[in-house]
Amino acid sequence: MSFSKKYKEMEIGAVLPRATGLQFKTGDWRTKRPIIDYQKCIECLICWSLCPDSAIKRKGTKVEIDYDYCKGCGICSVECPTKAIKMEREEV
Amino acid sequence: MTKRDYKPLTKLSDLPEENRLVSGHRLCAGCGPAIVGRLAMLAVPDTPIVINATGCLEVGTTLYPYTSWSVPWAHVTFENAAAVASGVVETLDKLSKEGRAKDAPVIAFGGDGGTFDIGLQALSGALERGHRFLYICYDNEAYANTGVQRSGATPFGASTTTSPAGKVIPGKQEWKKDIVGIVAAHHIPYAATSSIAYYRDFINKVRKALSQDGPSFIHVFAPCTFGWRFDTSQTIQIAKLIVETRIFPVFEIENGTLKFNFKVPNPKPVEEYLKTQRRFAHLLKPENKNLIELIQKNTNENWERLLRIEAAGKIL
Amino acid sequence: MATLQEAKQKMMELTGDHAIAYGAKQAGIDFVAAYPITPQTIIVEKLSEYLADGLINAKYINVESEHSAISAVIGAELAGARGFTATSSQGLVLMFEELPVAAGMRMPLVMAVAMRALSAPINIHCDHSDMLSVRDQGWVMMIAENAQEAYDQTVMSFKIAEDPSVQLPVMYGIDGFITTHNMENVYTLPDEMVSEYLGVRKPLYRLDPDNPMTFGPLALHDTYFEFRRQQYDAMTNAYEVTKEVFGSYEQMSGRKYTPLKNYMTEDAEVLIFAAGSTVGTARQAVRKLREEGVKAGVSGVTLLRPFPVPEVMETFSNVKAAAVLERMLSLGSPAGPHYMDLASVVYPQLDVRMYDFIYGLGGRDIDWATIAHTAKTALSDAEHKRPNETRFLGVRE
Repeated sequence: MSFSKKYKEMEIGAVLPRATGLQFKTGDWRTKRPIIDYQKCIECLICWSLCPDSAIKRKGTKVEIDYDYCKGCGICSVECPTKAIKMEREEV
Repeated sequence: MTKRDYKPLTKLSDLPEENRLVSGHRLCAGCGPAIVGRLAMLAVPDTPIVINATGCLEVGTTLYPYTSWSVPWAHVTFENAAAVASGVVETLDKLSKEGRAKDAPVIAFGGDGGTFDIGLQALSGALERGHRFLYICYDNEAYANTGVQRSGATPFGASTTTSPAGKVIPGKQEWKKDIVGIVAAHHIPYAATSSIAYYRDFINKVRKALSQDGPSFIHVFAPCTFGWRFDTSQTIQIAKLIVETRIFPVFEIENGTLKFNFKVPNPKPVEEYLKTQRRFAHLLKPENKNLIELIQKNTNENWERLLRIEAAGKIL
Repeated sequence: MATLQEAKQKMMELTGDHAIAYGAKQAGIDFVAAYPITPQTIIVEKLSEYLADGLINAKYINVESEHSAISAVIGAELAGARGFTATSSQGLVLMFEELPVAAGMRMPLVMAVAMRALSAPINIHCDHSDMLSVRDQGWVMMIAENAQEAYDQTVMSFKIAEDPSVQLPVMYGIDGFITTHNMENVYTLPDEMVSEYLGVRKPLYRLDPDNPMTFGPLALHDTYFEFRRQQYDAMTNAYEVTKEVFGSYEQMSGRKYTPLKNYMTEDAEVLIFAAGSTVGTARQAVRKLREEGVKAGVSGVTLLRPFPVPEVMETFSNVKAAAVLERMLSLGSPAGPHYMDLASVVYPQLDVRMYDFIYGLGGRDIDWATIAHTAKTALSDAEHKRPNETRFLGVRE
């Protein structure tokens, strides 16, 4: 995708407002996707705290993978204490 | 000076739900420094101001027009995070007293390259002057962002693009610089090491550091899946192994007294750690057995040395 | 007999360095990062004395290098401060990395430069190599002739830098030792007048927890160029803003500044172009030349960047020849920095023939007689339509 604003339309000094990075969805990076088995999930929040991409959404102690951003690294799957997260091949 | 007294974390669910380092950044899948950034941002109860040296964490999170930071954040150049932070801290102190600005905790991030090497001077000056800020060095043991070249933090024997393991020279021939020793020599209130595998330890150290009345420093181990060549899912496991082998001791130095956080009573042999990353693969060849022995010896001696320092009480 | 404006001002005996420190004190700076280098040291020493005596309400930190000095001031500006530092020679070139950074991040800090020769060999005396070597990095640049100008430019620099249409860092230079260490009579404005003139800095953007922004991202080939283009506009605006500031400052002080400081140039056949204290010496040369019937004039550069194109065109039209005095040797270049600037403007529209003369490197003195001789040489060379060549004044050749 190309950037098209003219120089007068851009903020001076390349200053940016907060969190515009959310517009860039990194979900298409992955080749494997994590699937949470909620029967095994004990809501410990370890996967949520360790996800390098903050791609696990959290509400209270409930978690949900954010597939818009998840890069499929597999850390959540390895670190889950109850082995509740499986990595499955991403469908193209 | 605004008084800050952050209490240690009891449960992970006490951490805030919203992210200050948001998704959509360009760091590798499984990136150790990304986890450092995430945990540090989750740890601080108040909105921090972040000063970031050039490096993976900076480049990967701020590619115009995208920024993954929802806190005030500035990058200037590679070697001056500590100098820039000095200016920010003092200005906020003055302007907040005059009602012209709101005070906030200041965190400076630097990679190992930007801290051990090119950033060492600015760090030293800032520590000597006693500015009240936390410097977090996320250590992925190379100049990762430019293609994994060796830094002063690269361990002995590691193969990097400027210290490759070749037919004659088996990787880096120098030992890792003792950054926390250097920092401790500045007699600051608080310095510590941590590893992202021990997230509670890291989060609590960030809180403790920011509650000091002067400078603080945390050297946090952050494995690099791309640079060290291991599967993206193993980042935390490797961050755990390096502590379990005693290669990376986890301790705090508070007002000159060193205290271990993990005593690791049954350490694993260093080979357990070395065999997990292809940057050490050449060390596993029979002709390099002596190098692994050297690493084991150095690890043991370093551990013993730190134990003696701990036993000596307030000597740093 | 003092004028009305002079009566409001205080006549003080100040060295150039002291005058700068005094001006910075009055300018209500929030933050100073200090690193010593001869001959700027008195600036930072005086500021630390003011601090120790409770005369300034600024944060003053002693840093461990010039690179950290400018970095700390950039950090302070990011947090909303009015920041100041000073340096010279090796210090300035050590800062070089951060000069385009400060300009690119649009941080309006102000820096005084005690102009001094560059190593090697190491030399602590006056020449313009330091400041002229960093001239295209995006800073507004002025040159002061004496301690009075040093004081005035200190105050004016903040006004120019912080103007909303500029938002660029400003650098101004004074001759090392010749101006920095010489005590002169300086009229200083009352404190309240300077405070009112400059007010408090109102940053466009700053590091603010209530309004988080990102400063200093990576801009790739698809966006970088536009930011430089923005700076080009800011530099263009800086020309008009500087002239406005000269005007408003004149209202307060009675002293008139113009981008080029011209003396007897209206009917001149030959011009002497110079910078710094040499402009004063050149005025004496002009008076002597006029006595001999040579219609000479001096044009001294006050505003170096943005280069004052309209003033140059006006000054150099109807002039036959110019002797361009350069206190920097641009090695490998066909001509010195001033010549390059001037030639880009005057050729091919004007008929003036210009000749370069390198003088005063490493603090070597120059006298009016030598300067007068260059003017005559320039006139004669112009008459014979000789091309320019680099010539050296006062070197044992």
